[in-house]
Amino acid sequence: MSVRSLRDPAALGRLGWSIVALVCLWPLLVIAQFRPGALFEAGNLDAMGHFLAGFWPPEVSGFFLQLLWTATLETLAMATAGIALALLLAVPLSLAVTRSLSAASLAGGRHSLVVSAVRAMLRLLLVVLRGVPELVWALVFVRVFGLGPAAGVLALGITYGGMLAKVFSEILESGDLRPARALMEAGSGRTGALLYGLLPGVSQELVSYTVYRWECAVRASVVMGFVGAGGLGQLMDQSMKMLNGGEAATILATFLVLVLGADALSAWLRRRLA
Amino acid sequence: MDSIPRPRPCLTCVLGALACFAAVWASFAWLDLPFGELFAASALTDMGRFVGAFFPPDLSPAFLAKVASGTLETLAISAIGTVLAVVAAVFLALPAAGRFGLPARAGARLVLNFLRSVPELVWATLMVLLAGLGPFAGVLALALHTAGVLGRLFAEALENSPAEPEAALRELGAGPVSAFCYGVMPLVGAQWLAYALYRWEMNIRMAAILGFVGAGGLGTILYYELSLFHEARASTVIIAMLGLSVLVDTVSALFRRGRLAAQ
Repeated sequence: MSVRSLRDPAALGRLGWSIVALVCLWPLLVIAQFRPGALFEAGNLDAMGHFLAGFWPPEVSGFFLQLLWTATLETLAMATAGIALALLLAVPLSLAVTRSLSAASLAGGRHSLVVSAVRAMLRLLLVVLRGVPELVWALVFVRVFGLGPAAGVLALGITYGGMLAKVFSEILESGDLRPARALMEAGSGRTGALLYGLLPGVSQELVSYTVYRWECAVRASVVMGFVGAGGLGQLMDQSMKMLNGGEAATILATFLVLVLGADALSAWLRRRLA
Repeated sequence: MDSIPRPRPCLTCVLGALACFAAVWASFAWLDLPFGELFAASALTDMGRFVGAFFPPDLSPAFLAKVASGTLETLAISAIGTVLAVVAAVFLALPAAGRFGLPARAGARLVLNFLRSVPELVWATLMVLLAGLGPFAGVLALALHTAGVLGRLFAEALENSPAEPEAALRELGAGPVSAFCYGVMPLVGAQWLAYALYRWEMNIRMAAILGFVGAGGLGTILYYELSLFHEARASTVIIAMLGLSVLVDTVSALFRRGRLAAQ
């Protein structure tokens, strides 16, 4: 066997694609001002070094821990209240935009043009609600409601309301409609058919997705404070601006506990639901 | 109609539902939100004036050019950040999948957990200190957080892939690197790529707001214009963010449908 036949036949193609990828990446590197050298400039290293040196020992004074505890509770409360608001928005919206739940679909008749138009408008509304990141909503709301958790709760409610409504409607769409149809044919009303025919089959999935979104909301409300919307982020923002490494270290540790805790709680709940 | 037995009441369900309601009630009580004043008549007119200031959006060519360059910067930050994250994730996933012994596995998992538990925005504030204001800080922030997420997913894919092809190559005398490249990569490559593309999608959205802490992209423009009360300009930026998000959604849905059809 010649040496040539032992070569990887795909090697040339891979090399070619790698070069194409690098050529495409080059302008992106320029736009993103990719300069690893900046990391090692004396001024930047000094600033970071001083800040990191301050990380030890972490701040554990009673006064600061009191602040931290309040901020942590505020973060959790923001996430929970935000999800509650989102559900309030998502339940009616998802029922309205689900095609397979309309009177026409269930009764097997034709879809009226007006109803279809309204449904399309609502879908567009959902796109706007969830397409704008929650932090942008929060930044805008802070200007109306002032600094504090109100802006964060509303921002979470709006973005997550849009997301929940979309996913709820997808879950309802994929559910088995035959029990609901049978109930309707036996003379039950639409609400009864929904509650007893469709929901029992899909409720686990709905609840499980809501729990997952709550976990995401905890992560989101941790950073809401960076735009002034209360919670742990606000405390972090202040410590960072004053370059107080000790406080930053304690807050970072709290972040870790909160995020990993929400992660574990949500995983446990979803396992129990499955 | 007595023949149908009543279902037994589910105690856990009732307790769970009660706990949820209690948590929601406690949250609203703790936050003490001023929603009552919010919907008072005077607040509503204020709100109307505030919302009105956002319309019409500023569509002057000079500002549109600025927003377009901000959008391009956002895309660049997310792309480079994701590429760096993939490279770092591969190097962390190898020990995290237990290829270099148990201590290395535990150490790598600790690093991955730490990287992914710190939110992107917090990494960004730290990186702004290290690399200065600008998009490069955003690239580093995305790379660090995404490396943690992808590293965990990559390691799981590695652990779940069959070990026989690599072992067979090693027994035939292949070196460890080529055995990995030809025995493992073909098995996990497609899944790694799918994870990386999914994270890239999320990073595009995230890169748009990293600018709030000074890490470049569309967020920088939005933060600046809003702090100067240029609502019309802010509204243009928000529309650009919305457009970007819808575009990413559509492309990813088309791509996914294409992949499903191909399978």
